[in-house]
Amino acid sequence: MTAMLEIRNLHVSVEGQEILRGLDLTIKPGEVHSIMGPNGSGKSTLAQVLAGRDSYDITDGSVVFRGKDLLDMDPDERACEGVFLAFQYPVEIPGVKTTQFLKAAVNAIRAHHGEDELDAADLMGHFREKMKLVHIEPDLLRRSVNEGFSGGEKKRAEIFQMAVLDPALCILDETDSGLDIDALKIVADGVNSMRSPDRGFLVITHYQRLLNYIVPDFVHVLVDGRIVQSGGKELALQLEEKGYGWINAPVGAGA
Amino acid sequence: MISTTDQRTMTILDLPGATPDDVAFPPWLATMRRAAATRFAELGLPARNDEEWRHTSLRSLQSTPLVPAGGTASSLDAGVVNAAALPGLTGPRLVFVDGVLSADLSSLDALPAGLTVLPLSEAAARHETLVREHFGVLADGAREAFTSLNTACLGEGTFVHVARGVDITEPILVLAIATGRAATATHPRLLLIAEESSRASVVEDYVSLGHVPHLTNIVTEIFVGANAHVQHAMAVRETDEAFNISTLKVRQERDSYFASHSALFGGALVRNQVNPVLVGTGGHSLLNGLYLPRGRQHHDSHMRVEHQAPNCESRQYYAGILQDHAHGVFSGRIVVSQIAQKTDAIQQNRNLLLSKDAQANTKPQLEIYADDVRCTHGATIGELDEEALFYLRSRCLSEEAARGLLVYAFAREGLERIELAPLRDALTNLLVEQLPYRGLLDSFVGDEAG
Ligand SMILES: Nc1ncnc2c1ncn2[C@@H]1O[C@H](COP(=O)(O)OP(=O)(O)O)[C@@H](O)[C@H]1O
Ligand SMILES: [Mg+2]
Repeated sequence: MTAMLEIRNLHVSVEGQEILRGLDLTIKPGEVHSIMGPNGSGKSTLAQVLAGRDSYDITDGSVVFRGKDLLDMDPDERACEGVFLAFQYPVEIPGVKTTQFLKAAVNAIRAHHGEDELDAADLMGHFREKMKLVHIEPDLLRRSVNEGFSGGEKKRAEIFQMAVLDPALCILDETDSGLDIDALKIVADGVNSMRSPDRGFLVITHYQRLLNYIVPDFVHVLVDGRIVQSGGKELALQLEEKGYGWINAPVGAGA
Repeated sequence: MISTTDQRTMTILDLPGATPDDVAFPPWLATMRRAAATRFAELGLPARNDEEWRHTSLRSLQSTPLVPAGGTASSLDAGVVNAAALPGLTGPRLVFVDGVLSADLSSLDALPAGLTVLPLSEAAARHETLVREHFGVLADGAREAFTSLNTACLGEGTFVHVARGVDITEPILVLAIATGRAATATHPRLLLIAEESSRASVVEDYVSLGHVPHLTNIVTEIFVGANAHVQHAMAVRETDEAFNISTLKVRQERDSYFASHSALFGGALVRNQVNPVLVGTGGHSLLNGLYLPRGRQHHDSHMRVEHQAPNCESRQYYAGILQDHAHGVFSGRIVVSQIAQKTDAIQQNRNLLLSKDAQANTKPQLEIYADDVRCTHGATIGELDEEALFYLRSRCLSEEAARGLLVYAFAREGLERIELAPLRDALTNLLVEQLPYRGLLDSFVGDEAG
């Protein structure tokens, strides 16, 4: 099968400091990849760069998504093409309700694919169905986006949006952080229900715990902006046992 | 229709001597009018070295030739008036065209029991004692040139009285239209007396239709009785040639509630002065405002909240969206007298700059003479939040749609404080027309309730 996402030799800097230093990663449809790494290793940088954040300088390398140059697209174009990022720190937006922008989002995707807009009633029906997936009450979506949400509510709201937008590539940046075990299971169930042969996942996490519930096909270890080791799901368990110190010495570019 | 060609034009300083006294006021009011003219001549217009006018120059007003309002009502097609009026406000209304009351366009039929709405001259004749005890008491013009000017040039005004315990649900509308047929100077005046435990709301709406310089110099006096609940809204929707100066004076008795909502949507120079005085314990005052100057417009809001009794609360929430070369000014003074212990006052002013050439000035001023009070104030001047923009774009919204939504949300927050749903909706629709990216906002509007 051809790759959905192909990252080649990606170099990214912020304010002259190189953060990603030659990263390679290939994700095929249906695969779940996990990136693990210590704090500051560049995990969120990778996620943000893939989503199109323009405060990073891409100094070298390429990213091809479904045959198109991803780095050449605006953030909204990437989202319409099927890239979704569940943020590590979802931003609070006073005065903007989730349903308010999500209706526009769904219709923007539909327009991008030449489909007719859905009316408000259809959209609300679609939303209600997805709310059940991550145990979200409608009231939460009538409040300003993420404002006053608990840590768990923020993460569940992100997965809810992901389910509504039905992306081809789901990037989850530390979706497990700050969740208790019950919330973690709800989020993981939501993600697992979306697994399909057409969809790819990039699950970024600091701890192995999440991967007990979202079982990855591949695990990559990111240290200092490079993938230093790749393997199957057992690699996550080894990291849990031995810590990152065990592979601290870079062993060249990833597998 | 007024013929404008043969009228003498003059500067603002000449107006008191030239304004016709063609409205039949009783002698005591005529005397007041003359005294105010003298006072205005003594005061002159405020200059930039007056601290309260530091950011707002009146030079262009001073050099603008003006025509005093008066005579018979300029005719205006009812269709034009209805199109200009805020939709959804179906209660009693008085319509002024170029400063002159139009009986044909007004509707004061079938008022509920306990509500009196009258032209001021008629009220002065029929309820002389009541009017005399209140008119000019809050707005005495001793130190304020524009208040003196208003009294000196007094034409027809509006009188509203709500009897004790009476609850009026429908807002009373005062619609003043400047046709643009002449460079008119008008001096709208409103006196509202809400007796104990009554409830009422009034909307003043100032609209200009033409692109001719004109002055609208408004004075409003509101007496809020004990335990009464009064809401006042002021919409300024004038064109790039208009000077709109307003002075709102309010006196609040014990346990009363007063809300002032100001929607400054247009006008070359808009000066919005709101001054509630809390004289009884347990009063609550809300001053809520939104200013949206565009082009080279200058919108200046001056609040003065006076706590003269213990245990009162006041809230000031003003937000400005500044586009193009526009200039927004906010000054909020909170004065807490020595006896006003347990005062709880909050002031917040937020400014969103949408252009490099736009400018905002904000200044909180606290004068606190009591020791057991809680006064907080905060002011921000900033651009759109880049994090929020990226978040929305990562959710498929185009840059324009994301910016539009964020601007709309910023402005809409103030409108959400308006309790009167038809007014809130009407102002929201107007707001959208004033914002950048308005073509993209349709899908967001009206969705605030979910
Ligand atoms: N916008 C930024 N400005 C400056 N430094 C940044 C920025 N984003 C990330 N960094 C730096 O890049 C490094 C990697 O950060 P990040 O990608 O957030 O790591 P992780 O998500 O793995 O914890 C850190 O040293 C961080 O301080
Ligand atoms: Mg991170």
